[in-house]
Amino acid sequence: MLKRANPIKQCVILSGKGGTGKTSICAGLIDISSKHVEGVYVDADVDAANLALVMDAVQQEIHRFTGSKLAFIEPEKCINCGFCYDVCRYHAIKEPTDDQPTHQVIDLLCDGCGACVYGCPTTAIHMEAQEEGEWYYSTSSFGDLFHAELFPAAENTGKLVTMVKQNAKLFAEEHQKSLMLVDGPPGIGCPVISASAGANLALVVTEPSVAGIHDLNRILQTLKHFDIPTLICINKSDLYPEGTAQIKALAQSENLEVCGEIPFDDDIPKAMIAAQPITQYSPNSASSRTIEQIWNVIYEKLFHQDGKV
Amino acid sequence: MTPIKIAVASGKGGTGKTMVATSLASVLVSEHRVQLIDCDVEAPNAHLFLKPSINWSSPAVIMIPEINEERCTACGKCVEVCEFHALAQIGTRILVFPQLCHGCGTCSLYCPEDAISEIPHQIGEMSRGLTTNGVDFLMGELTISEPMATPIIRQLKGLVNEKGEIIIFDSPPGASCAVVATVHDADYVLLVTEPTPFGLHDLKQMIGVLKATGTPGGVIINRDGIGNQQLESFLEGTPYPILMKIPYDSEIALGLASGNVLTDFIPQYQSEFQSLHRRILEHYAKVSA
Repeated sequence: MLKRANPIKQCVILSGKGGTGKTSICAGLIDISSKHVEGVYVDADVDAANLALVMDAVQQEIHRFTGSKLAFIEPEKCINCGFCYDVCRYHAIKEPTDDQPTHQVIDLLCDGCGACVYGCPTTAIHMEAQEEGEWYYSTSSFGDLFHAELFPAAENTGKLVTMVKQNAKLFAEEHQKSLMLVDGPPGIGCPVISASAGANLALVVTEPSVAGIHDLNRILQTLKHFDIPTLICINKSDLYPEGTAQIKALAQSENLEVCGEIPFDDDIPKAMIAAQPITQYSPNSASSRTIEQIWNVIYEKLFHQDGKV
Repeated sequence: MTPIKIAVASGKGGTGKTMVATSLASVLVSEHRVQLIDCDVEAPNAHLFLKPSINWSSPAVIMIPEINEERCTACGKCVEVCEFHALAQIGTRILVFPQLCHGCGTCSLYCPEDAISEIPHQIGEMSRGLTTNGVDFLMGELTISEPMATPIIRQLKGLVNEKGEIIIFDSPPGASCAVVATVHDADYVLLVTEPTPFGLHDLKQMIGVLKATGTPGGVIINRDGIGNQQLESFLEGTPYPILMKIPYDSEIALGLASGNVLTDFIPQYQSEFQSLHRRILEHYAKVSA
């Protein structure tokens, strides 16, 4: 098999707890890294996609995303036998009412499993794939961005995350890019697992608070399970010194490097309002300098140590 | 008094959902029976603030298929009906992938040989306890490396105290299935956001969820003063009133970071949260009339 001399390196940014500063730090890393390495950038937080807002991105392509299926009952065929009601484990079937004389599917509760479909004696139920979101290819002065929006209330199974990442990767291969930076979602469940798949390195952005540390522990365990080399950076590091000390102790016990401590910086919301990465908005601030230092560590790990941390 | 289920949600993470949920519970428990359910099972934090003494716990499970090899004829029906690709056929063997299984039972329902039984597969744990001030506290925790949060949220909902006067759901961030599972049966949703472009963008997503579920809601602006006026201008044209503003204050940030409930370390907020509750009830009465 033909192998590229330099495979694309993937770095994913995660946090466990939401709102620790993943996107602001990611935008800074994109700004700084783009001066050294050609990359593609992915916003994998499809529930709350914000990276494009600070990259001054210009949408070039819009693609529809068809995700999971939902059951539909054709009222003219339904004989109200109640089979669907009995087999549905999601309480997604509504019994007949005065206004609606046949059984009905409650879309919001339907899991799309099809249990009701195959056994319906009058074949009154079928499944329909749902349009659940859109994904976009955009350009910016920093480079190419792949991002997506899941429609509100849709099922986030990680499929849209995988779709966006796959397209970004194909583009990166085609255009000989060497880096893929992925801004990940909060939590530890399916979208996080999809965002982390194939990553050479994870940067975990945490904050010194009891909640931040609790969730840091959970994301570190998750990354360990999937065997992804991990770096930690502490945002708002001067907020609660005791917490920062606890994070360092946790990192040490897990044998992980804390590669940067970013102090609390009220320029970060200002940069957001100016629709700029913090490193562009206030390049000489302590936070921008620390992001630069974090990038140097990431660069070293990805390109000189083959992701080994 | 009729029970009212209040979900605290946000779209964007880290806007202060847990701060609001724990403060509201702590203030209202002096006059009402209050239950708080932490539905953020991927990153549950409310217990760190409320410090309940846990006296009950139970595994959260989904039922996954187990193939009875003696009865299985490898007809492949189970593989065909599984929408989630949790079953695969290799030669004459059927393989089960527990991480992909949704526990819907379709495979066992349609197996012509009755060769599939269902066995519990643990995906997390649920715990319950009381706080010192008497809040009935419940939480769920997704097991590391398990993908699916929503089945745990659904199981937590089965433990709602219908006799409780106030039930508070602390929601996960985002605007997709786990949030829908949290808010769909709430009477009212408190949307906690911050006055920044990220906060506004994600609040709009969350309002999309409320439109889908048809639930009324009101907004709490947290860290008021850090951003701009866009959020408030946007809200003017919506049915979601601003119920409360909490300014950015380093004293609040420090108190929360060290694991305290806002209304405990700044007692002036007790009356603020009491008025918040009044405003919720007023708005709820108005929209449900």
